[in-house]
Amino acid sequence: MLKANEIIFAGFGGQGVLSMGQIIAYAAMIEKKEVSWMPSYGPEMRGGTANCTVIVSNEKINSPIVSRFDSAIILNQPSLDKFEPAMKPGGILIYEKTCLVNLPTRTDIECYGVPAIEEAVKLNKKQVANMIILGFFLAKRPLLEHENVLKALKKVLPERHHHMIPVNEQALEVGRKLAGEMVLA
Amino acid sequence: MEKINYKRSEPRLMKGNEALAESAIRADLDAYFGYPITPQSEILEYFEEQIPIRHGKVLQAESEVASINMVYGAAGAGARVMTSSSSPGVSLMQEGISYIASAQLPCLVVNVVRGGPGLGTIQPSQGDYFQAVKGGGHGDYHLIVLAPATVQEMADFVFDAFRLAEEYRCPAMILSDGALGQMMEKVELIEEGQFPKRNFSWATTGKPATRERNIITSLFIEPEKMEGINYDLQAKYAKIQKNEVRYELVETDDADIILVAFGLSARICQKTIELAREKGIKLGLIRPITLYPFPTNIIKEFADKAKFFLVVEMNAGQMVEDVALAVNGKKPVYYKGRMGGMIPTPEEVLVEVENIIAKQSEEKR
Repeated sequence: MLKANEIIFAGFGGQGVLSMGQIIAYAAMIEKKEVSWMPSYGPEMRGGTANCTVIVSNEKINSPIVSRFDSAIILNQPSLDKFEPAMKPGGILIYEKTCLVNLPTRTDIECYGVPAIEEAVKLNKKQVANMIILGFFLAKRPLLEHENVLKALKKVLPERHHHMIPVNEQALEVGRKLAGEMVLA
Repeated sequence: MEKINYKRSEPRLMKGNEALAESAIRADLDAYFGYPITPQSEILEYFEEQIPIRHGKVLQAESEVASINMVYGAAGAGARVMTSSSSPGVSLMQEGISYIASAQLPCLVVNVVRGGPGLGTIQPSQGDYFQAVKGGGHGDYHLIVLAPATVQEMADFVFDAFRLAEEYRCPAMILSDGALGQMMEKVELIEEGQFPKRNFSWATTGKPATRERNIITSLFIEPEKMEGINYDLQAKYAKIQKNEVRYELVETDDADIILVAFGLSARICQKTIELAREKGIKLGLIRPITLYPFPTNIIKEFADKAKFFLVVEMNAGQMVEDVALAVNGKKPVYYKGRMGGMIPTPEEVLVEVENIIAKQSEEKR
């Protein structure tokens, strides 16, 4: 693994962008790694888009604010436009397939379009599309042990939603499977 | 400043605002009075949720003016008491803070700074540095000002702030910013029951037959008396400056360029140092932890070794004045910053360093 992985999760409010970041952050903490989770809480959030920066590291994290990223999870067009140019060469960019009109064009990073919403509908739970993406990401970049991701999920999901844990786990699994099938051209 | 080894809990992942509030409960806080404002409303919310089922008192006051005056009253009665707000709210509190400083009462005021002036923006800023360290309200007074740079410090400094406030009978401030308040990091909280209360002989707890009435006031009509109060205050500040300065040095041993930054800016500078050293530029950082008392002497020491200083702030250049005073013309002191809720990037700071180096070598030629 890299010394640190600097990840941006970005999309509209309600797509589960902040929770995806929180799950990574909690799982990293369970593994005794260093971690920071920095949400957007400003005008962009109130205008509908949300993002969070998560840094997972084996060393002490200096700046929690970074302008270049190793990984990006992108759930809408404005986020792609903003963060594709900020990717480090060799980085990974994962986007929800139906959420973009203009696709990423960089050739020095790995780009994957995941049909997460379509797959989530198949699970009868559109809301778990984010977990499919997360499963996909963690299969491509195994930063964290799967069992710790499951533990983190229980932490992040409010107790009143704990009956949804199985479908969230299923969604993670669907994402992992898709990642296995999808290799770069 | 003395460092105490407290017993700590298992690591948790918490927002800066929540960690600060939880830490205050564990510091055996008697009362919190506050009024909501972004980006620090989680502090009030956390207290509203936790205090009723644990211990202490919490009240959402009708305004910041009311909050600080409730703090004044409770502090006068010897309670361990705090309030918190963000920039515009802290401006409203200044009259009360000046009264508390004059009456020589311990309390904690937390400012989770947002971009100003005016109502400004809810994004992080360090634009309230002057207000925090130079007094803020009217008259000759200071707060003891601590500047956390991590969620861990957001929590720990609650203990430090109360300890200092109670020891010196001086209001203390934690000067944070919106990003530190909102971000989550790992934190090992100090466990409860390790921070006993003091017995304040001056507190207005009811007059027993054995002593005179305790009177708490900031009104001394006779100027002779008021001057005496001022001398007392100044003597106290001199003692604080002598004993309580705290700072952190990062990679300064072999550095020939010194960055000076506090809070979030200091963390950004640490990344700049990493980037710079990959290019062979030897940067180091002095991070003031106490903004008042200011670490003047250590900066003075580095004025002999460093080629120049670059002060990085999220404001138009405020702390740079205190750094320049310390350096006293020995070496150039530059400023780099962003304002109004914008945050300088590590790369941006590095470009500034490189520009100064280029400018300096051109001047030599």
